[in-house]
Amino acid sequence: MSSLLSAPSALREDALRRLKREMWARAVKLGLRSWVGWRRGFTSKADPQRSGRVTAEVIEHLERLALVDFGSLEAVARLEKAIAFADRLRAVDTDGVEPMESVLEDRCLYLRSDNVVEGNCAEELLQNAHRVVEEYFVAPPGVND
Amino acid sequence: MLGRTLREVSTALKQGHITPTELCQKCLSLIKKTKFLNAYITVSEEVALKQAEESEKRYKKGHSLGDLDGIPVAVKDNFSTSSIETTCASNMLKGYVPPYNATVVQKLLDKGAVLMGKTNLDEFAMGSGSTDGVFGPVKNPWSYSKQYREKRKQKAHGENEDSNWLITGGSSGGSAAAVAAFTCFAALGSDTGGSTRNPAAHCGVVGFKPSYGLVSRHGLIPLVNSMDVPGILTRCVDDAAIVLGMLAGHDPKDSTTIQDPVKPFTLPTSADVNKLCIGIPKEYLAPELSSEVRSFWSKAANLFESEGAKVIEVSLPHTSYSIVCYHVLCTSEVASNMARFDGLEYGHRCDINVSTEAMYAATRREGFNDVVRGRILSGNFFLLKENYENYFIKAQKVRRLIANDFVNVFNSGVDVLLTPTTLSEAVPYLEFIKEDNRTRSAQDDIFTQAVNMAGLPAVSVPVALSNQGLPIGLQFIGRAFCDQQLLKIAKWFEKQVQFPVIQLQELMDDCSSDFEIEKLSSVSLKQ
Repeated sequence: MSSLLSAPSALREDALRRLKREMWARAVKLGLRSWVGWRRGFTSKADPQRSGRVTAEVIEHLERLALVDFGSLEAVARLEKAIAFADRLRAVDTDGVEPMESVLEDRCLYLRSDNVVEGNCAEELLQNAHRVVEEYFVAPPGVND
Repeated sequence: MLGRTLREVSTALKQGHITPTELCQKCLSLIKKTKFLNAYITVSEEVALKQAEESEKRYKKGHSLGDLDGIPVAVKDNFSTSSIETTCASNMLKGYVPPYNATVVQKLLDKGAVLMGKTNLDEFAMGSGSTDGVFGPVKNPWSYSKQYREKRKQKAHGENEDSNWLITGGSSGGSAAAVAAFTCFAALGSDTGGSTRNPAAHCGVVGFKPSYGLVSRHGLIPLVNSMDVPGILTRCVDDAAIVLGMLAGHDPKDSTTIQDPVKPFTLPTSADVNKLCIGIPKEYLAPELSSEVRSFWSKAANLFESEGAKVIEVSLPHTSYSIVCYHVLCTSEVASNMARFDGLEYGHRCDINVSTEAMYAATRREGFNDVVRGRILSGNFFLLKENYENYFIKAQKVRRLIANDFVNVFNSGVDVLLTPTTLSEAVPYLEFIKEDNRTRSAQDDIFTQAVNMAGLPAVSVPVALSNQGLPIGLQFIGRAFCDQQLLKIAKWFEKQVQFPVIQLQELMDDCSSDFEIEKLSSVSLKQ
């Protein structure tokens, strides 16, 4: 993946821009999902694009991980803006600085004793689910099943 | 009666000047009259009346539960409330009825508070305008105030300039509007990047953000686990202190609450201002800051100085990066927290049944709005293996630098920082929506989000009206777990500035008896 994100030459950038234009036009016709597949097939070898940072691979990958689809070209543009915004952090010198996970890092986390003090509320909890069979939540099969 | 402070009304209840049921009914009536503000998503009328009835029985027996007994309160709709729909203003949770109360809600109820309803917000508390929820935007009550309308040279009745109404700020806009419009005496909000303080400033009420770890987050539907806190909105600082006293303290169900013992406290009226050191962070003098806010900020600093306090300029060097850092950490934690919404156990579920992945994806597409989805996708991007180090870890490092900035300033002898809360007064909705949610949040959270990253307590206090007749607030930031000290200073300051009461003329004409300044002996209402 990192090779795809390495900086392209000026020539490639130009070609990339033209390509992008063509692809956006197509996307509108075919609908985003099929466009992603088409773009992937077309560009996977020729696209170390970095100008937008959000390649077709990344889009597909994110959609799969997040289980949320971009849904529109604006959404992709918004992500690119968000990334550009986040890039400003590079200017900060963080040499020797430890990441901070919690402001309470100097304190000991409270742990309850391992005793059952509540529960037995299966019926209440099942009430909020749309599809239930006896005491089971019902899910459709996974893709790899 | 509705225009009173919480403490005053509590005294009135104890002295029998009014009963909890009467008070509850007045508030319910006002909620109906102010429905156009869209501050409430759910009005829990039956529940409220029942609670009021029980409170009345307690008062009759002389067994009141304390200062909150019988007091109408409202709760932001991202706090779980047992048997009352909790939606987070999202399609994803429409119709979701939690089987339990958030700890802070339970604490309020245990003290006899009367729950008027669940207030409106930006979807999943993401936003700075309270404009992006599925139940529509919240309107700032000040849009209808005499003070604002006079400045716009409009008649209070007749000419309906409703099309140019103002936003409340967000994301706890519903709570702020509910308090500002007198429909309740206190409201819970949440504060992740300023979501309690921002609407407080725009709606002319007090918005308090406790230290991270002081108040339980159990039952607060999480946005950013390392920054979220429940916030308190009231009409005066003293009221906020009363509520904080009821809510603060260790909760075994939230392991991020500190175990130090916490006792309810009463704020003194004096603050020993001449022993204080007030810090003015120079980096907060942003170019986008309105000249009016800047002027009030300056006047406030002078006020402290004239009372003998030491007022010094301090530096928080990483300020310009804090909004970027916040953006990365926030979206990353959001991406993780929103993963629980898959339609299986609760919330919205789509009709697709082909496969788990398809079902999840469609459910989430249908359930979340663009803002939420955008943040989930951004967050997932920053958490990708190839980006993790450069974005997420980097942001965590920058977070430490920002938190250290505050530590250094407080270690140099500063007791409290004084800053603006917002860049300007509330803007009209039509203007606000010209930019997208992310841009607006980045602009509007500028003074408030660094506080969340450092986990410090902060409070926005309404200071004065702008030239347009709209509220402007200033923010005080305190040392970690010195919430009491912070509120003490804020209370003193509030007394000096004497922020005017909102004049909601139409409402006052209709319920004149509620707003009449009763000729009660003021001695009995003093503490």
